[in-house]
Amino acid sequence: MPIRTISIWMTGVPLAIAAIGFFFSFLASLSPSFYFTWPYFLEVLSAGLLQGVMYSLVALGFVLIFKASSVFNFAQGSMVLFAALTMVGLIEMGLHWTLAFVVTAAVMVLLAIVIERVVLRPMVNQPHIIMFMATIGIFYFLDGFGQTIWGSNVKVLDIGIPKDPIFVLTGLVEGGMLVNSFDLVAAIVGAVLVAVLAVFFQYTRIGRALRAVADDHQAAQSVGIPLKTIWVVVWSVAGIVALVAGIMWGGKAGVQFTLALIALKALPVLILGGFTSIPGAIVGGLIIGAGEQVAEVFLGSLVGGAIQDWFAYMLALVVLLFRPQGLFGEKIIERV
Amino acid sequence: MSEQAKRIGDTLLRVEGITLSFGGVRALNDVSFEIKEHEILAIIGPNGAGKSSMLNVINGFYHPQEGTISFKGRERKRMRPYVAAKQGIARTFQNIALFKGMSTLDNIMTGRMLKMKRNFLWQALYWGPALKEEIENREFCEKVIDFLEIQAIRKTPVGRLPYGLQKRVELGRALAAEPEILLLDEPMAGMNVEEKEDMCRFILDVNDEFGTTIALIEHDMGVVMDISDRVVVLDYGRKIADGTPDAVRADQQVIDAYLGVSH
Repeated sequence: MPIRTISIWMTGVPLAIAAIGFFFSFLASLSPSFYFTWPYFLEVLSAGLLQGVMYSLVALGFVLIFKASSVFNFAQGSMVLFAALTMVGLIEMGLHWTLAFVVTAAVMVLLAIVIERVVLRPMVNQPHIIMFMATIGIFYFLDGFGQTIWGSNVKVLDIGIPKDPIFVLTGLVEGGMLVNSFDLVAAIVGAVLVAVLAVFFQYTRIGRALRAVADDHQAAQSVGIPLKTIWVVVWSVAGIVALVAGIMWGGKAGVQFTLALIALKALPVLILGGFTSIPGAIVGGLIIGAGEQVAEVFLGSLVGGAIQDWFAYMLALVVLLFRPQGLFGEKIIERV
Repeated sequence: MSEQAKRIGDTLLRVEGITLSFGGVRALNDVSFEIKEHEILAIIGPNGAGKSSMLNVINGFYHPQEGTISFKGRERKRMRPYVAAKQGIARTFQNIALFKGMSTLDNIMTGRMLKMKRNFLWQALYWGPALKEEIENREFCEKVIDFLEIQAIRKTPVGRLPYGLQKRVELGRALAAEPEILLLDEPMAGMNVEEKEDMCRFILDVNDEFGTTIALIEHDMGVVMDISDRVVVLDYGRKIADGTPDAVRADQQVIDAYLGVSH
């Protein structure tokens, strides 16, 4: 990324946050029904950002498959559920969680191979909408299949990540800031995952091959890119990302059917960040997470609360109006 | 001409009795010819004669119902495109098939795919041998970029380039693979005179400097007669002539195919 872009973000983001803060403090000075203090604002903001990382983890899986095949993988949510269910099932069978993780990762790779063989291979060179319909099929299959094998009860996935709230920056802010340690771990995991994937996609041979396949199947084959291998690789990586997301979400909210529906929360993240950008998935997640949290706490009282449920979609809608390719998406170039 | 003739070596690729049908349509009917080492072979013919189908058969996109193809003495019946690429067959397409969202450099680097051998794990780490390999291959790609005089558009997404330049980038991607045989499907279609002259120069230089064997499809007869060593003429899926440009130009069957016959 050019230095100019980075510096714009470095100055722009704090400025935007400060502007929002001053806006709320101005509102609070107008009417006593608004409550506002800076430490409280920062606390809400950081809680939102950490929540946003969780969204990013799910969005990441979508971006991977979209980059490599221009297909919106509707089944990503059910892959998260399936991975989490398998992992819990294995732990319940008595495996240590590290071993369960490795076995589940292997299962996800196997799943990728099966999907390539049964679903993708017969559909080479088909229009994207047909591939999309096929992923809806995969969604329902995985959803039912996972619950048939492992049961549909709500399960607890605990791999020993601490969940206690902790106080940070006690020296800087009076009384410190309250942060959930689980979210903090999730944020670190997410950051590492993103850094690795971004480098992998941008600079390596296989990353380039993945992007090439996304652009043009036929041309990719002619330069000697084995289409099938690439698809297996990308679905495997997406599967493992789904597993990580499943562990994090499962640990936070329990492993149950509704896990498959967090995919719906990833959608505004993708629209905001751009379907083809890995950093976009992260920044999108952060903006959505922080935005809905801050809006809920400071603006919710204005309209009777519960804006958290629709705020993300509204934000996505606004972005669509001004930047259809998202904040980081590849520019849509068309010559006529 | 005479020194060119000296250069031309043995048969590199031979197609024999190729028949290809799509349902009831015979795209190719018992076509046989040879491509010799270091030569420039032009495949010509009226629209729908089966020229592009022939290229697609050679590089493994289509599998003929009958006939065999032998490349470097090895015979094969069915072959996948990526195996063909591995053996040293590179190509360009009639309707440009570039990776439009990627930069010129990245497009050309994909052409080096098969030259890069480091495994997945090194790749993922992007460190050590994988990094060294990346740098070596980048150097080769820079040579290709210099050769084709496209330094200025190295970082431009190819979707933004004008048509003529896109064709040149596509040639660059094929060259990056250091192919033994280069298949060009209408490399000069839709170009203006200057762009055509540039492209001719590049094709001749590739043939001259790297000794690459070239098989090309072209409609511009002036170009074909100027640059090719040998011409194969197809009409309605059959081969109707095969020989030097001068011989083919004088061939009655060829003239009939192009101008029509009075009955």
